[in-house]
Amino acid sequence: MSADSRFSVQRWTPVSAASVATLVALCVALAFAPLLLGANAIDRLTTLFIYVILATMWNALAGYGGLVSVGQQAFFGIGAYAAIRLSSFGVGVYPALLLGAAFAGLVALVLSPFALRLRGGEFAIGMWVVAELCHLLVNLDHLIQGETGTSLIALNAFAPGARREYNYWLALTSMVALVGLMFSLLRGRLGSSMQAIRDSEEAAASLGVRVLAAKRLLFVVAGAGCGLAGTLYLATEISFQPASYFGVQWTAYMIFMALVGGLGTFEGPIIGALVFFCMESLFGASGVWYLVGLGATAVVFALYLPRGLWGTIEKRFGLRLLPVGYRVNQGKSDADGPARN
Amino acid sequence: MIWINQIVQGVLLGGYYALIACGLSFMFGVMRIINLAHGDLAVLAAYLVWAIVDHSGMSPFLALALVLPLMGALGWLIQRLMLERSLRSGMLVPLLTTFGLAIVIQNLLFVQFGADSRSLAPAIGDLAFDSWSIGGQIYISHLAGLTFLVALLMLGGLQLLLTRTPLGRSIRAIAEDPDTAELVGINSRAVYAAAAAIAVMTVAVGGTFLGMRATFAPYAGPAQLIFAFEAVVIGGLGSMWGTLIGGIVLGVAQNVGAQIAPNGFLIAGHVVFLGVLGARLASGNTRRRIRALLGRAA
Amino acid sequence: MSLLKVENLDVRHGQLQAVRGISFEVREGETLALVGANGAGKTTLLRAVAGAHQPSGGRVLLEGVDVTAVPAYRRVALGIALVPEGRRLFAGMTVEENLQVASANGRPGPWNIERVLDAFPMLRARFKAKAGNLSGGEQQATAIGRALVTNPKVLLLDEVSLGLAPIAIDLVYQCLETLIASGATVVLVEQDLGRVLRVATRVACLLEGRVVLEGAAAQMTREQITAAYFGLNRGAGRQSA
Repeated sequence: MSADSRFSVQRWTPVSAASVATLVALCVALAFAPLLLGANAIDRLTTLFIYVILATMWNALAGYGGLVSVGQQAFFGIGAYAAIRLSSFGVGVYPALLLGAAFAGLVALVLSPFALRLRGGEFAIGMWVVAELCHLLVNLDHLIQGETGTSLIALNAFAPGARREYNYWLALTSMVALVGLMFSLLRGRLGSSMQAIRDSEEAAASLGVRVLAAKRLLFVVAGAGCGLAGTLYLATEISFQPASYFGVQWTAYMIFMALVGGLGTFEGPIIGALVFFCMESLFGASGVWYLVGLGATAVVFALYLPRGLWGTIEKRFGLRLLPVGYRVNQGKSDADGPARN
Repeated sequence: MIWINQIVQGVLLGGYYALIACGLSFMFGVMRIINLAHGDLAVLAAYLVWAIVDHSGMSPFLALALVLPLMGALGWLIQRLMLERSLRSGMLVPLLTTFGLAIVIQNLLFVQFGADSRSLAPAIGDLAFDSWSIGGQIYISHLAGLTFLVALLMLGGLQLLLTRTPLGRSIRAIAEDPDTAELVGINSRAVYAAAAAIAVMTVAVGGTFLGMRATFAPYAGPAQLIFAFEAVVIGGLGSMWGTLIGGIVLGVAQNVGAQIAPNGFLIAGHVVFLGVLGARLASGNTRRRIRALLGRAA
Repeated sequence: MSLLKVENLDVRHGQLQAVRGISFEVREGETLALVGANGAGKTTLLRAVAGAHQPSGGRVLLEGVDVTAVPAYRRVALGIALVPEGRRLFAGMTVEENLQVASANGRPGPWNIERVLDAFPMLRARFKAKAGNLSGGEQQATAIGRALVTNPKVLLLDEVSLGLAPIAIDLVYQCLETLIASGATVVLVEQDLGRVLRVATRVACLLEGRVVLEGAAAQMTREQITAAYFGLNRGAGRQSA
């Protein structure tokens, strides 16, 4: 094979550069939303940001890392619980929220030597059992009063309007930070490592990929991310009932968003979160039938559209807006070689 | 003495867990699929039996006999329509498909039957209450004894099916090498479907006994799934008799835990489960016991 | 009378074209040997004939009937049996069970488990042993027996000498020769040209998915086959000997 002048590796295309620029501009614009939009819209957007975080984290774990966890609600609940506990010790409310998320990440770190050695179904349900155990242990704390739960009382120090705005900005910043962090991680060495690990763990290890370290990084970031989502949710709800924070329905939502959006793509979970958000806004009031619809949609997508909405679009058109992968181009022309992700 | 009684209760509870878990173990051994709708299928069966009993006043055991072929057909359908496609797509798709199915089942049950808990205990009269007492300190309820016996029969039956019948041999061949199985004339799609039907029928039996020993409600499925999974994993994935041992260990742990602390029942079970997983990892002994299922005698 | 006929078969392996427009015919009682380097497409071709691999073009005909769309397990019932490369026994099952499972799904006919044990006496002692614990030769015998017990009209054998000690290969070929002498129709993929020329009626040499040499074994020389094998006559097209 002759010199590399015949091939060039391209990380950005004009389309993807434009998309990222647009997204950044959009996020900046969103920062001004509280000045323009009403209270209800702000609340809804905050919820949307929480969904985007959850979807991105779960997709990073399952789609990129091959780690299907049915127990991420553990970190969602732990983050919220830690925030309440810290607040009860006198820590300021908003710092407590952030520290709560950090604590969730710490728990993930502590769990990782055990959890990450589990395979397949054992990992999936093992994480679920961990979540159940966390739920039960949290119930034991007198502060929580069992299933009755408690509230993040310190939030009442803020007026509802100000609280709403702080929550909104915190959620927006968190979302941008986490998605941005994931983006740069997956664009970098971690992304390639995870790809290699997904294809063949043994082969990857033989090439020097530090398999456990890569998975651990992903696991801890995802844990902290879900924890942050939990504390943000607490900030909006104020009340904390263990059953609702540690419930497996959070995993159901995450699975739905990642699957429908496009597992293993970067844009997918964001789209999935949008879809989920819209469905919830439109049909959430239908209660049980809404859930039936969610479940049925998940089944249909898993069977017939396993690549999700974005995955299918991406495959068809070779379109990539948030470029985590590589393009190998032949010659200097714009003709794209086989795109790899 | 109280401790011994608790242990005995734990062993009996283990029989129930083995009963509800054997279908999960069977499915996993054959298809490497973890059916996340497993618990919900048990609850569905319990509701079906309850509906028949409520409507006609017949004994739950008779009603179960009617429900079995229905559930078998459902298992067949689930395999052909849903799981078949997922079989060769890795682990993710079956997990996602069955998770979606679980949500659909739970919520449809809610729509049909409402949120109230139901029970089959009223329909079995004295069986729900009577027990043998040993030395006045140890109690073995008739129902728990029957459950344990049925579990033994079920596990034994499945093991016999696998080792002595042509269908069982086909199932084992497919579990080992689906590709080559086709080359020796085995219709793998039909065999998978039969295995799924059998698995779901065992779930129906488990669900009926769930209804008799306790109450059930539309969202009770996931809890049963977790117990079943814990029993299967503790005993060793892929081993039928291992599921019995796993169920017993789980039951005993839970009962001992309950004796130690008021909230100890569930916590002890989960801790023992995670502990067994951890110990296995530490000793490097995570090899799947598929071979135990497929060839070695019980 | 043509028992097995392959017409213009195209088989892909993902993006790769493994078999390109191959045609051949096997008459009843004939033994066709397919030779060629690794990657020439021999295994893919046999698997396509057995139904384990869907061709992207062309046809497979058994006794004049188009079986291209017939799934593998039903082809066994029709009379095509493949002894796969690497034996592929059900390692967790005993020799007896391996034979039983195939016998239950095969055609009626003269072959049964007893007769397989007569043909491979060394299996009697290992009848209840797990297939995974057998020696290479015993495994190969079991694999061939497993195919025979379905009473095939055409027996496909993929590299039966692979990984076996020479003594074991001798044994296997002894049995094969008896089989062939009794009138069996066999398609044999084999690397050992010496044995090939001894047992085969016809030989076809594959290179990069195409047949580059074909003819009666009696009229072929090793030199011809070797040349075709290594593609030394490229550009000369398909040759007949």
